[in-house]
Amino acid sequence: MLENKKYAFEDFTPGTVFHLGPYPVSAEEIIAFASEFDPQPMHLDEDAGKQSLLGGLAASGWHTCCMLMRMMIDSFVLDSASQGAPGVDFVQWKKPVLAGDILHGTSTVLSSRPLQSRPGLGLVQMRQELFNQRDELVAASENPFFVLLRDKGVSS
Amino acid sequence: MSGFDAYEIGKRQDFGSHTFTAEEIIAFAKKYDPQSFHLDAEAARDSLYGGLCASGWHTTAIWMKKNLEHRDAWTAQLKAEGKVPPVMGPSPGITNLKWLRPVFAGDSVHYFTTITSKRKLRSKPLWGIIEGHTEGINQNGDKVVCFDNAVLESL
Repeated sequence: MLENKKYAFEDFTPGTVFHLGPYPVSAEEIIAFASEFDPQPMHLDEDAGKQSLLGGLAASGWHTCCMLMRMMIDSFVLDSASQGAPGVDFVQWKKPVLAGDILHGTSTVLSSRPLQSRPGLGLVQMRQELFNQRDELVAASENPFFVLLRDKGVSS
Repeated sequence: MSGFDAYEIGKRQDFGSHTFTAEEIIAFAKKYDPQSFHLDAEAARDSLYGGLCASGWHTTAIWMKKNLEHRDAWTAQLKAEGKVPPVMGPSPGITNLKWLRPVFAGDSVHYFTTITSKRKLRSKPLWGIIEGHTEGINQNGDKVVCFDNAVLESL
């Protein structure tokens, strides 16, 4: 119900930061995701991971994207009048995400504009940075997403 | 001939299609993307999308699955021809990912990846990088997803 949402378009002002995580990455979750979508040896088996360029049982990059999505969901998306995203400008997988890692990060508002073509709807541009427990950057991304304007059905 | 040579620039690889059921759309969304339009058909009718639709990350994860299925068959074919299949390494990332249309429950998405470039890496002498452009097309012929991908491959 839009009436209950905390954040509308007007709240996503440039420079606003939302904190993500912590998200503990278990071996079980890495293997479960990989078994379904990305069954390469380095995502399924510790020894195979150690022998690979990734250096250990490593999450699929697509899994990292999904964990990032979940952290954004829990940080602000479900509290917002989000209407989803039309795409992602880029995702950079900077370092392996290994079993036992604990991820945290930020979503930062870069810019925002109401859409001329869809009255009541705005587009917000975000940058995501995800770090491991050693504060090493493991992934970065930028994407727009759609969010309703407050005066079109959202009150706070 | 090394496995790396087996990649042909401009080749459009057909990865086959996948039908997204309501059950799998909801199961995926519960884990990673529980927005109402990915969880609940009734709520989805009032959303921008007009119906229960797959998380965009679900449509890209299925591309990876289809990519690997195709690769298994291709690897077997290269071996049968006496060639050394390349070993796939990690990917540095993706760019220009666009979710152009919703993937509704019951839709089938046919995935294609065209090889756009390949080059050897100076920093890693045993590896090269292959770049591609990926498209997912639904049963009506509409493009629903596209992105540019890259992956390290053994020389």
